[in-house]
Amino acid sequence: MAEELIAVAMSGGVDSSVVAALLHSEQRPVVGMTMQLWNQQRIPELIPEGGASGRCCSLDDVYDARRVAQSVGIPFYVVNFEDRFEQEVVAPFVADYVSGRTPIPCTICNNLIKFDQFLDMAKQVGAETIATGHYARIEQDASTGRWLLRKGVDESRDQSYFLFGLTQDQLSRSSFPLGGMQKDEVRALAKKLNVPVADKGESREICFVPNGDYAQFVEKYLEQKGGEAVSQGVVVDSEGRALAEHGGVHRFTVGQRKGLGVALGKPAYVTEIRPATGEVVVGSKEALNKTIFEVDRLNWISIAQLDAPLRVEAKIRYQFRPRSATIRPSDTPGRVVVEFDAAQIAITPGQAAVFYHGDVVVGGGWIV
Amino acid sequence: MQRHYFDHNATTPIDPQVLDAMMPALREVSGNASSIHSFGQDARLLVESARLQAADFLRCEPKEVVFTSGGTESDNLAILGAVRAAAGDRKHVVTTAIEHPAVLQTCGQLEREGVTVDYLPVGPSGVVDIADVSAALRPETVLVSVMHANNELGTIQPIAEIAATAHAVGALFHADAVQSAGKLPLDVDTLGVDLLTISGHKIYAPKGVGALYVRKGVEIESIQFGGRHERARRPGTENVPGIVGLGAACELASQRLAVESARQAALRDRLEQAILSQIANTWVNAAGSPRTPNTTNIGFGGIEGEPLLISLDLKGFAVSSGAACSSGAVEPSHVLLAIGLSREQARSCLRLSIGCGTAAEDVDRFLAVLPAVVERLRALAPAGR
Repeated sequence: MAEELIAVAMSGGVDSSVVAALLHSEQRPVVGMTMQLWNQQRIPELIPEGGASGRCCSLDDVYDARRVAQSVGIPFYVVNFEDRFEQEVVAPFVADYVSGRTPIPCTICNNLIKFDQFLDMAKQVGAETIATGHYARIEQDASTGRWLLRKGVDESRDQSYFLFGLTQDQLSRSSFPLGGMQKDEVRALAKKLNVPVADKGESREICFVPNGDYAQFVEKYLEQKGGEAVSQGVVVDSEGRALAEHGGVHRFTVGQRKGLGVALGKPAYVTEIRPATGEVVVGSKEALNKTIFEVDRLNWISIAQLDAPLRVEAKIRYQFRPRSATIRPSDTPGRVVVEFDAAQIAITPGQAAVFYHGDVVVGGGWIV
Repeated sequence: MQRHYFDHNATTPIDPQVLDAMMPALREVSGNASSIHSFGQDARLLVESARLQAADFLRCEPKEVVFTSGGTESDNLAILGAVRAAAGDRKHVVTTAIEHPAVLQTCGQLEREGVTVDYLPVGPSGVVDIADVSAALRPETVLVSVMHANNELGTIQPIAEIAATAHAVGALFHADAVQSAGKLPLDVDTLGVDLLTISGHKIYAPKGVGALYVRKGVEIESIQFGGRHERARRPGTENVPGIVGLGAACELASQRLAVESARQAALRDRLEQAILSQIANTWVNAAGSPRTPNTTNIGFGGIEGEPLLISLDLKGFAVSSGAACSSGAVEPSHVLLAIGLSREQARSCLRLSIGCGTAAEDVDRFLAVLPAVVERLRALAPAGR
């Protein structure tokens, strides 16, 4: 057998298409596979006018992926992970919103689907490694032997935040060929390699909520499951005074300013969500400021574990520039305390806190 | 890479003899078979010759053959056409749980139109019980539709008995014979059918052509509109090259049926026995039932059909897991569930269907590769999933 087979996770978008074309142009044996994760037709109300192309799993995107594979000249298969995706990603996403948290399904999907079930499938069809179109870099630390995750060279596209949960085994079997490129270079490469989707646009919405209306998704999903109605509740101020009624805590996220249905005479923000009582607390922007918080379900990448306080730069949501912080083990087992040097706005339960040393991911966890 | 095709129930390659027969219709005969002029008459001659060939194959009158675009259309036309043509108070249809989607989903459409449909279960044998048919029949039953041979298992249904039972209450009987054509003798009188579906591309004719047998005197309503072609039962300009191909394929099928059935059955049996003896924890679905000679459906305990299919394809062996139409969907094969397999068991099955082009060497090569692939997948199977 010649060189080892690589499975490329193809979404039908430009990035993963370029990965497939690039590896093939380097004479590497490649098999393209598209993950069918969610049937958009299950909640047709969420498909925007003009279709849901560009959000994974639409028929258009499978069509595009297949067209790219045919044009590149590699074998191609659609693999169906819908059951696992619903169980591991969609249901917890809904449960998080109902519990007043703001989840990041992409990270869960990376941890449990793309770099788990897909990796398994790749191995089963004879591919020991997978390649994806993520903007991040993987390299092995020569001194420690650990697999490192680094930011993508194109910082505006960097996706390392969503990849902090990858284990050493997962990292060792994955490659991100676009991690060292700028998006413009990728587009140019797409043209050069005659990738048929070179001009395709993209969406940054969560793939299974094509119109971006998470609250509507949560409501429709629960309705279809025949589950409990979403709890109504009250918007209160920091003193507990009722200001307005609301249609359920799943409609709110910490830091949210729009759609609160209250007039305080000054800008009001969601500062806290209390799922048990259905209360959504609003207050001033200052009330959102916090310096210290805890994270759980940690995953370490550049270090084996955290034994002592460590200076890092912490990133607490995708659109956030990492800021200096100190992390240390918490008194609660399995948790870490994060203390920013300066207070930050809207530290949101359910989001991930990812720790960096420059462009190297130290590790991360979930904001409690 | 040399490739080996074990998916003849999905489709067959065009036989060279069929292609030769079609070439004049593609190159030289350009007329519309409904035109009055000589160009049209040339095309009409080809269509009617093909109709004779199809009628010989089915042992019926030429005027009882309606050419269509394929098996799906024939099933739609038979079921919708017969039910809609029936008197208003006959609003009940009987079919089985293991029909092809072309029948099941057409019945689903009838249900939306207010018709009651009973879907008869089958046991592990994959064969419908004649007693279940009798029990389901009512005075208002207008149609019974049961496939002659199942596409996934190859199981052969007792068509003649079912037809007689249906006729006893005055119901019409339709058989989808897409998977039996070319594999079993088809004689519409012996089978007792009123309506019977065949498809070109399962018998070495091209895709996009099929036929529906409609017994003389049986009324069906057309399901599409736009002309009076095919005795006003199927409007649309005739697909002359396709029809010629279907006719040639019918003739060829009659000629080689006996020899090929025996040859393929021996090859299939050898394939089956070798897998059962060489690979642990494997089983043949509906093994004890009468089956078409080319089909076997095998369970590989503890592994998933999807990676098995892909692994084999990457090595040049084309097989199928469940029916091709339901691949890509989450649901395991409705046929395998209907014969009592668990979802997990159903997902571990492969369908192998050989054909006229399959040689002993193809089977040998397949058997040389399969055990190692299965072993590798079993070694990788995630525990407890």
